[in-house]
Amino acid sequence: MLSYKTRKRLVAYFYVAPATFLFCLLMLFPMITVLRYSLMDGAITKKDTAFVGLQNYVTIFKDPVFWQSVGHTLYFTVMSVIFHLLIGLAFALLLNSQRVDPLIRSILRVLYILPWLFTAVIIAIIWRLLLDPNGVINSILMTLHIINFKVEWFSSTKTALHALTFANIWAGYPLYMVSLLAGLQGIPKDLYEAAGIDGANEFQKFRYITIPQLMPIIISIALLDFIWTMQVFPLVWMTTGGGPIYSTEVLSTYTYKLAFSSYEFSRASASAIVILMISMGATYFYIKHQKAR
Amino acid sequence: MAKRSLSRTILPTLLTYLGLAVGLVFAGFPILWMFFTSLKSNTEIFALPPRLLPNDFTNVAYLSIFNDPAKVRFFLNSYLVAGVVTLLTLLITILTAYGFSRYSFRFKNTLNVFIISTQTVPPITLLIPYFGMVVAFGIFNTYFALILTYMVFTLPYAILLMTGYLNTLPRELDEAVLVDGGSSWTALWRVIIPLSVPGIVATAVYTFLLAWNEFLFALTLTKSMDMRTVPIGIELLMGQHAFEWNEMMAMSVLGSLPLLLLYLIAQRYFLAGMAAGSVKS
Repeated sequence: MLSYKTRKRLVAYFYVAPATFLFCLLMLFPMITVLRYSLMDGAITKKDTAFVGLQNYVTIFKDPVFWQSVGHTLYFTVMSVIFHLLIGLAFALLLNSQRVDPLIRSILRVLYILPWLFTAVIIAIIWRLLLDPNGVINSILMTLHIINFKVEWFSSTKTALHALTFANIWAGYPLYMVSLLAGLQGIPKDLYEAAGIDGANEFQKFRYITIPQLMPIIISIALLDFIWTMQVFPLVWMTTGGGPIYSTEVLSTYTYKLAFSSYEFSRASASAIVILMISMGATYFYIKHQKAR
Repeated sequence: MAKRSLSRTILPTLLTYLGLAVGLVFAGFPILWMFFTSLKSNTEIFALPPRLLPNDFTNVAYLSIFNDPAKVRFFLNSYLVAGVVTLLTLLITILTAYGFSRYSFRFKNTLNVFIISTQTVPPITLLIPYFGMVVAFGIFNTYFALILTYMVFTLPYAILLMTGYLNTLPRELDEAVLVDGGSSWTALWRVIIPLSVPGIVATAVYTFLLAWNEFLFALTLTKSMDMRTVPIGIELLMGQHAFEWNEMMAMSVLGSLPLLLLYLIAQRYFLAGMAAGSVKS
């Protein structure tokens, strides 16, 4: 006969067992596998593979396209995170404004989130349509005399990365908006009242109350966004496919092509491990930050 | 004095509304453009000057999708995969969240950190071993491969969301059942689940959205046309007859419709859940 305490502990394991099993099967085991692949030659494709140590890593580190991809990934990610935050914060502040009719606020709150619901493939083709050389954006810009020729946004090496980043910015701000709006609503009103009595103006209230109060949320979301944006694949794949001439190649498309176009699964695994390492670094800060709160 | 009050109250209000209007155009214009393009004839799409509304509304793009069994199949596949993933995720999530919120056990903290960090593991890192695994298990190009692998990214957020929700329900509620001699299983089904409907709805909508939108695994772990999901279908459409824009937009509208409807129906729960996930988790 088991004691009540032991039984209670066993019951807990019963509840968490299915998820634990799935995470082992779908996370732990694959992680070990990809690490193993990255240290072998000819993973998946060859019957008799040999251990080659860090050879695959050396090969990709010598590849100039890899370093270009790192640069593009960094630009794409950092710009996305900055503008997601700025737009998300601006929308959250507007939606939180007491000057606006509550009904309008709640309708707009629903509408502003819409971009977030669309799948990356659809976002990609919407922007390919809008940014087509004959598309509406070029027409508008030419009518306003901002440009005087049809820009090939996604197929010019000068503009492709910016166009791609812009599409990603459009798609990603709502997560910040929702979170920051919830954060704004959680700031105690008396903080503002006290500051008002002390003679603070609107900007000072924003600078010394709103921003510090939102900071924990901003850091959490920005870290998550950094990690997720760094891994973006379908948007790039569907707008530019990494081209023209590698000008939008990012780490995820670089890795994907190594694996499923060149069938270099070992090298792709090494590249995948590099992406994992970067995201683990950011995850470490994310978890530390979550715990500190 | 009048001038002062004008600049103090009316001007900021006007600016706020102006900001909201700019925001609405930014968020909504691309979506409206997609929608109305799907109702244009292909010749009208790049007409100059560009017009948002079609001259002649036509449903030709929609008809050509409905009349093509291959395209209808993409939708059926997506509904099936996303539906099953949502059901399985909910089942496992409710059990796990209940375990997390009502019990303390060894490795609880480890498991928690593990689940949180799973959210951040790059799909591309998992893709390569999954490809090897799925081929080795003999489930390449099956629904099962997709359903199984999708769980890795639907579960972490669902568990965090659901645990957060269950933590808000007082323990006394289910403890009352235990005191009366019921098992924790009874407490879960009779008390906790009925009270958690808003949390379950938010989790279900979120999970369905993730599974419906998934691209990378669907692209790589399936091969034949009759296994492809909507995002891959759109990609193929784009590759095949490159610039049938109205048809691609119609496909996109139909591909977004279930998510838009779910969101509009459940947005109250969904927004609360999303905010709670980011603020509290």
